[in-house]
Amino acid sequence: MTLLAVERIKLFTTRSPWWGTLIALAIAIGFAALTTATADEGFVSVGSTQFGQFFALTVVMVLAALAITTEYRFGTIRTTFQAIPNRVSALLAKTTVVSSLALAIGVLAAFGALGVSALIAPEADLALTSAADWRQVAGNGLVYALAAVLALAVGILLRHSAAAIAVLLIYTAVIESLTPIIPEIGSTIHEWMPFNVVEKFLSGDGSTRAVAEAGPPLSTSTLSPWLALAYFAAIAFGMLALALAVAHRRDA
Amino acid sequence: MIEAKGLTKRYGETTAVNDLSFAAEPGVVTGFLGPNGAGKSTTMRMILGLDRPTSGSVTVSGKRYHELRHPLRTVGALIDARWVHPNRSARSHLRWMAKSNDIPQRRVDEVLETVGLTSVANKKAGGFSLGMSQRLGIAGALLGDPEVLMFDEPVNGLDPEGILWIRRFMHRLADEGRTVFVSSHLLSEMALTAQDLVVIGKGELIAQCSTADFVSRATEDAVKVRSPQLAEFRPLLADAGASVRGTDGGVLVSGMDSDTIGDLAARHQVVLHELSPQQGSLEQAFMQITGDSVEYASDFDHDARAATELAGTGS
Repeated sequence: MTLLAVERIKLFTTRSPWWGTLIALAIAIGFAALTTATADEGFVSVGSTQFGQFFALTVVMVLAALAITTEYRFGTIRTTFQAIPNRVSALLAKTTVVSSLALAIGVLAAFGALGVSALIAPEADLALTSAADWRQVAGNGLVYALAAVLALAVGILLRHSAAAIAVLLIYTAVIESLTPIIPEIGSTIHEWMPFNVVEKFLSGDGSTRAVAEAGPPLSTSTLSPWLALAYFAAIAFGMLALALAVAHRRDA
Repeated sequence: MIEAKGLTKRYGETTAVNDLSFAAEPGVVTGFLGPNGAGKSTTMRMILGLDRPTSGSVTVSGKRYHELRHPLRTVGALIDARWVHPNRSARSHLRWMAKSNDIPQRRVDEVLETVGLTSVANKKAGGFSLGMSQRLGIAGALLGDPEVLMFDEPVNGLDPEGILWIRRFMHRLADEGRTVFVSSHLLSEMALTAQDLVVIGKGELIAQCSTADFVSRATEDAVKVRSPQLAEFRPLLADAGASVRGTDGGVLVSGMDSDTIGDLAARHQVVLHELSPQQGSLEQAFMQITGDSVEYASDFDHDARAATELAGTGS
């Protein structure tokens, strides 16, 4: 518990987490407001309100990566390891605190987006009536938390803010979306790429949408929604385990 | 008490620290002296468990660093004053450190008071001058009221007032019975600060002794002698056990004081034109002792060393 308190103090005594939180919420909620306000009739649905989640999620991943890379950048990681020689505990505490914040942001962003859409289009059917509806909205909390774990792991491994952010952005925005164009094997590989798989957990087979275009492309994964989340979690924690092992071995 | 045994650190082909053994005792300031690049910081990082020794070990109060339960309560260290987040206030920086080792939060205000930062406690550390950062670093080191304190080049870049403050402060800490281990590349600074010295060059131990011993050994006196009968006098001096260097114009005699040289000259009726004791500076002497172990020697260093030899202190 002490270590969690330490990381909480560290996280909230600088400004960037506050800014990151505000920007993520503004993107998710603003996107929902925009799409709902400009939508044609019969477009607005639970699914369509969550259109902007991926962009907000990217901001949260940057926030999470920065939470660790700034410690390397400013040398406070050494002060941290001086105070807490058990590096694995120290980094696990940070991961817990940062991914908890990410979870809170994900839940707020999702319900905020749903709420603002309900205000703008009171006639639309935005009631959460099925398990798929709940996953599409509340599920963002879990996805944000796991993505933060993944981003922290990348940050621990690379130690440089610019490098970690570049890797995360290029991977999520470019590599995953371009993989399907590789001839023959491209779509098979894409089927198992983590952000594609986790979309299966969120939007499932598209039952939360009134029209298919009311959201990002549906996942090509053949896993069930909860297996898809488990797969994403396994990748995030696998990366974290690797990062902790490396941090434990190397010189700080 | 800090004890290193056979401490070695290699980075690939480069050996930063080689088979280093020393001890720093409580109640005195121990200077950790060596030229830049001698391996002082690497050694200090190994003491703190930040770098992993390739071989050998180092203990603080009898334990390896990672075995200490609340390490900040045993060892306080200032390795780099810039190790703070620039957007975090001085108080917040100390607050998380205190929390991590179960140190009461009131200690934060106490140490801020001790180093004189109370008035800027809520200001961002990024706006601090080097002197203020240095004080914040010292506050962090004092937080856990530790029995062992380590400072890496604490006076670097400070103004004379700041240097004096740190020097007095370290004496006070040692007088309280703590182990104070402070690194520097300046012998003149250490001569004023430290009672004991651990001297290293190129990662290897050169000497561990009291500062007084090291200084007197380092600044072995020489006497300049000019005489028209130098050709006769030279062998006489050598026979008497002195070492003589130099050419016809004048020689430097070491291992014999000026009185003895004068008596010897009188006894053999040698005319002297000059008989003057020379004392080299501490820095020259230190350069001579560690001269061969400077990691990054330049042409300029060679010139400087040549100048030192001409000035003729010691052998």
